[in-house]
Amino acid sequence: MVMTPTAYYPTTNIKTSSWRTSKPVIDYSKCTRCMICWKFCPDVAIDINENPDYEAPADRIKKMEAPFIDYDHCKGCGICANECPFDAIEMVREGENK
Amino acid sequence: MKAQNITREIMTGNEAVATGVKLARVKFISAYPITPQTAIVEKLAEMVANNKINAKFIEVESEHSAMASTMTSEITGIRSFTASSSHGILYMHEMLHWVAGSRLPVLMAVVNRAIGPPWNIWADQTDSITQRDTGWMQVYCESNQEAMDSILLGYKVAENKNVMLPIMSMQDAFTLSHTSEPVIIRDESDAYDYIGDLNLPFSIDLKNPLGYGSLMPPDGPFMELKKDMRDSMYRALDVVKEETKKFNDKFNADFPGLIENFMMEDADYALITMGSMSSTGKYTVRKLREKGMKVGLIRILFYRPFPAEEILKSIRGLKGLGVLDRSITFGQRGAVYEDVVTSLYNKTDIPIKNYIIGLGGRDIRVKDYERMYEGLMEGGDSMEWINVGGK
Amino acid sequence: MPTSIPKQELMMSGHAACAGCGAVLAMRYVLKALGEKTVVSVPASCWAVIPGNYPAEVLKVPMVYTPFAATGASISGIREGLDIEGKEDYNVVGFAGDGGTADIGLQALSAAMERGHNVFYIMYDNEAYMNTGIQRSGSTPFGAWTTTTPIGKDRTFKKEKKKVVADIMMAQGVPYVATASVAFPEDLIRKVKNAKEIKGPKFIQILSPCPPGWYHNSEDTIKVSRLAVETRVFPLYEYNQGQFSLYKTSKFVPVEEYLKIQGRFAHLKEDEIKEIQNFVNERWEFLLKKEGN
Repeated sequence: MVMTPTAYYPTTNIKTSSWRTSKPVIDYSKCTRCMICWKFCPDVAIDINENPDYEAPADRIKKMEAPFIDYDHCKGCGICANECPFDAIEMVREGENK
Repeated sequence: MKAQNITREIMTGNEAVATGVKLARVKFISAYPITPQTAIVEKLAEMVANNKINAKFIEVESEHSAMASTMTSEITGIRSFTASSSHGILYMHEMLHWVAGSRLPVLMAVVNRAIGPPWNIWADQTDSITQRDTGWMQVYCESNQEAMDSILLGYKVAENKNVMLPIMSMQDAFTLSHTSEPVIIRDESDAYDYIGDLNLPFSIDLKNPLGYGSLMPPDGPFMELKKDMRDSMYRALDVVKEETKKFNDKFNADFPGLIENFMMEDADYALITMGSMSSTGKYTVRKLREKGMKVGLIRILFYRPFPAEEILKSIRGLKGLGVLDRSITFGQRGAVYEDVVTSLYNKTDIPIKNYIIGLGGRDIRVKDYERMYEGLMEGGDSMEWINVGGK
Repeated sequence: MPTSIPKQELMMSGHAACAGCGAVLAMRYVLKALGEKTVVSVPASCWAVIPGNYPAEVLKVPMVYTPFAATGASISGIREGLDIEGKEDYNVVGFAGDGGTADIGLQALSAAMERGHNVFYIMYDNEAYMNTGIQRSGSTPFGAWTTTTPIGKDRTFKKEKKKVVADIMMAQGVPYVATASVAFPEDLIRKVKNAKEIKGPKFIQILSPCPPGWYHNSEDTIKVSRLAVETRVFPLYEYNQGQFSLYKTSKFVPVEEYLKIQGRFAHLKEDEIKEIQNFVNERWEFLLKKEGN
């Protein structure tokens, strides 16, 4: 068999967390689960968590799918915090405690 | 060996190539016209339109796109073909590197035509010679029969699992491309039996999605990939020998293989040639032999990989050797000459001369060959331009 | 709450794109619209290096990398090869930047569209040669700073207007032509799906902001892309087999709102901004006329 320049290794195995200087933190008490943050994340670093058990601003929201930040891959671009209509995401400088 | 009904037709080199493409069960043809290759793609278009060949035929807008589309069609696992000449080969130069580096066994027919300026559409091998660095194998044909047979044999060699490199098959402009000769058309089912279907190990597969040709940093296997290309081309030497034997057995043919030795057994002086000019050389050899001169001719068919061992064997006992270059590369001596001399370094004391001949389609005559053999008898290792300056 | 765009991800995380990159959003949305039976061809561009170093791969579909000028030809070859094998239901997508489309790749694109192959050509438009470090392309807009149109002593920012490849495609008669923006993913996905209905060549130009090249904050990518549409700098239209429809913004937003958050326009003086507003208004009138309003 000959060698070919074909790539095969999934990038999910590569962590890009060290790129960021700030990380997004979701305040689940404000989050309405609209998923706009998930929609606009360029790094596919927001997962849809199907079994959330987080504080919700209303009972009817408790059972809905919630956004969940994948901190292994978030580059801290801040789009999610900037686009969230409910100010439920805050960009916290890495190394500082919330 | 079963008895065969031999079908022999009078056809031009271009028609012979098109017939070869049909016999090789090519399924994708990308076409762009350039004199003197145009008749190849015209003939193929006609064959496709009349359902003589089951292939997709597209007319692209440049030779670069011809090679790009041929390459990506090959990646889907389809035997693919294109043809070009002269400036078209130069235009697709970048893609030639990309195809070879991707290890795709594409075959391209090249009609050797001079490079401008000035515009010159006649026979000259500079176009393919300047692509000798790309990783493509190269075979130079002397006859329309070879032009056809090299397509079948070429794909078989290229698609060999231990080779997987593209190949170009050359015929001289007008001398072969537009000149009619009797050609034996190989039996279609025998041809399919010989060549089979393409089985590409790494073709596009949704179940195993790969990236083909991505970014590789210095610590990635870049050098290893290139070494593998070099090793594969070296292995191709044996593959050509094996395939030549199988081809000749299958079709009762006499394809010479890597090189052809013409009256070399007891020769004192020999010339190394490539392409259709060899026929005039062979004629001259016979003529000079009648006069008692012990001369011979070595014809290189496969220029890449370079048949160093075969040439070394052939030149044993010679008093003088000359290498013809029907191409020009500046700043050193001729390309074929350099390859011959490099391969014989420290292995021979025979003086080797370089003859530059036939550029821009200038006719190569019997008296030119006589002059060259004379030059060998004069001795030395000079570089001589034949038939220039209005002599 | 159901998501407004398909959930399936065919692009993975861990790629090497800049934080806030618009081009990866474009790819992410296009693949969501097309699904798994897709083959992507990418020329030299940001996207050729976004997957990262060998042997990393970022898409869950096959990806063919080609030299710069080859995208149009590459997708033609993939399409014909797949069709011969009976895989006519596979989507074939050329995904090229504006450099590889408006400039070096225009010839191959125009020819591939003219030949009528059943392929998608997606131009992600970050308005310059970003992969090589922000050099101007035919798609760079009037007034922009790039490294090859620096301000210098004589204010030599780009004085030529943007060459809109989508307009050229419409003029050529490509059956489906659309412009889209990463700020409106539902619209982008709808357009890709509409295009998928057509068996023929389809061209979509997606405005993809570039934080380093446009000199805006990484968190503003969507905001910039939205403003481009709201200020009519980048009108969204759809040309579907002869029917042209323009997305009409409801209120007038002056171009200044768009220009002032991008450092590449920071040098512009009032009269130059007025000039840009005039260009925008002219083009808007032209597109309205095309729709027949």
